[in-house]
Amino acid sequence: MWEYNEKVKKYFTDPPNVGRVEDADGVGEAGSLACGDALTLSFKLDDDGKIADARFQTFGCASAIASSAALTEMLKGKSVEEAEKLTNKDIAEFLGGLPQEKMHCSVMGEQALQAAIRNYRGQEPLPQEEGEVVCQCFGVTDQEIRRVALENNLHTREEITNYTKAGGGCESCHGAIEDILAELWETEGAGQAPQVSIPSARPKKLTNIQKMKLIEETLEREVRPALKADGGDIEFIDLEGDKVMVSLRGTCSSCAASQATLGQFVQAKLREFVSEDLVVQEVKP
Amino acid sequence: MSQRIVYLDNNATTQVAPEVVAAMMPFFGNLYGNPSSMHTFGGQVGAHLREARAKVAALLGADPGEIIFTSCGTESDNTAIISALKSQPGKRHVVTTRVEHPAVLSLGQDLERQGYEVTFLPVDRQGNLDLDQAAEAIREDTAVVSVMWANNETGVVFPVAELAELAKAKGALFHTDAVQAVGKIPINLRETSIDMLSLSGHKLHAPKGVGVLYVRKGTPFVPYIIGGHQEHGRRAGTENVPYIVGIGVAAELAMANLEDENTRVRALRDRLEDGLLKMPATMVNGDRERRLPNTSSISFEYVEGESILLGLSDLGICASSGSACTSGSLEPSHVLRAMGVPFTAAHGSIRFSFSIYNTDEDVDLVLDNMAPIIERLREISPFWAKAQEAQAGGAGS
Ligand SMILES: Cc1ncc(COP(=O)(O)O)c(C=O)c1O
Repeated sequence: MWEYNEKVKKYFTDPPNVGRVEDADGVGEAGSLACGDALTLSFKLDDDGKIADARFQTFGCASAIASSAALTEMLKGKSVEEAEKLTNKDIAEFLGGLPQEKMHCSVMGEQALQAAIRNYRGQEPLPQEEGEVVCQCFGVTDQEIRRVALENNLHTREEITNYTKAGGGCESCHGAIEDILAELWETEGAGQAPQVSIPSARPKKLTNIQKMKLIEETLEREVRPALKADGGDIEFIDLEGDKVMVSLRGTCSSCAASQATLGQFVQAKLREFVSEDLVVQEVKP
Repeated sequence: MSQRIVYLDNNATTQVAPEVVAAMMPFFGNLYGNPSSMHTFGGQVGAHLREARAKVAALLGADPGEIIFTSCGTESDNTAIISALKSQPGKRHVVTTRVEHPAVLSLGQDLERQGYEVTFLPVDRQGNLDLDQAAEAIREDTAVVSVMWANNETGVVFPVAELAELAKAKGALFHTDAVQAVGKIPINLRETSIDMLSLSGHKLHAPKGVGVLYVRKGTPFVPYIIGGHQEHGRRAGTENVPYIVGIGVAAELAMANLEDENTRVRALRDRLEDGLLKMPATMVNGDRERRLPNTSSISFEYVEGESILLGLSDLGICASSGSACTSGSLEPSHVLRAMGVPFTAAHGSIRFSFSIYNTDEDVDLVLDNMAPIIERLREISPFWAKAQEAQAGGAGS
């Protein structure tokens, strides 16, 4: 059982600012359904350029919901420039602290805020922080690990997992995370400011998480509505390399004749919107 | 303020039966002797151990000589599998499943690191094993096949009697982790070829920290804990007398309550499940036919399990979840993932597990309160809104 303080509990049980601002000036997303928590943040400015309204929709545990609600409260009345300076630490402090294992919920808030501000400025959403992906399970890059480590003064692999989820899945990247930390704090110890270079190129290859997210979105947007029209549905089960496992529900799955064409339809959509290499495979429910 | 606790987490642990507590008390008091002592004062305790052994044997359809008391279910599992490997040093292959409890699963992964070969059998969407696939996996060099009798998360029951025959045909030993099955479904080991079986006290109304390993007469056995001659040299260490007496009484109660478990408790579980399934985007995980009578794993799509548990906990209702936030590993339950339960559902899965102490009022309380909890969280969830839009769009086109 997690130990949440009263303020976190209150923001979970009775969160302010649930929903989506109409005619929002900025909308940002972070997290994904596959990862177990996700947040959509939207805000609207008043005539003086201050945030007049901010709202959230969150899928996640109590601390994810509380962190999102806290963030929307903190945003109100701030200019975009002021808002931009908010970090995950501010969110956690506003709530009177979060359990260590739950700090990644506050990091998700910061990520959604940055995405919403990019959106407001008309910049492309960053599908992923730049850099090399270190944790394949959760799609966390070395840049993200360095940034969060510096902002929060983190020195151990465990702390990095608590704050970014990196290393919380198959655990095969623990060594790599430790190497990044050793390098980061060694330069710091030598009295130099740690180097955080921001390479401008986007990662050329999609990580698993990015891919899953895109697949989810494409199915939602391009495929599901068509199936629902016939009373059916499709579920995204898993991704193994380029193999997309899906299962069909409802009346579609009982109509054997449509299966072959349906598979082709889904695959065509996914190849168009996600990656040329994807192969769709149906698993029987 | 004292809130009524509605305990629906009996696959995690159970209330110690009052009869068990009463039976144990004298052994914390006057009857503190060591059963190995030569004097009558200590020796009299031995009779109580024998009685407990006979009661456990009766519950399993075994002989008292086949019962070894251990410290927990995990110790029994480890002892069985490692004994099978040590007693057949030429065989370096193990067959188990992807949905075992960590007591077997993590051991399997550790054996792989030690250079053994381990086959983890997959399950289908309903959580069932494919017997043909299992038969193919068992080889001449397979030392042991270890398959749980019933799954702790979904309650799905595996065909262990058939699997034991398959193992026997290839000359492999067969072990089953029956921690969740004992006391919930009838077991008669005399009618099977099962060589070893694990059970745990705290899942059947005895205390935590006592378990049993059944080893069929004639099965090669190498002890795991080495030392004194206790348990006929098969498990060293002075016996945990009070707890062993406790598990004996618990076994006796389990036999008496088996009928209730399979009729009244099953009906409670079914009523809860049918009621909850009336909510939209809700599904049961696991084969509803081949299941323990007390377990329901149910997914509320587009919301996250920890949030649901917290809402329930505020009302005094205790349950579990297979979501990432509750699994301790940041990923959802390995059982639901092995079954191919989609992420939308795995993260929102809740396990309700009953015992003979549950009542109709317990079910009513959950049924009265679950819908508002789920509806509130769905209102907050971005995916629920999207799913609704997609549905509306689909229906309109
Ligand atoms: C299927 C299964 N096996 C093994 C165990 C472990 O038992 P114990 O807690 O007594 O070590 C449990 C309990 O969590 C279980 O559910």
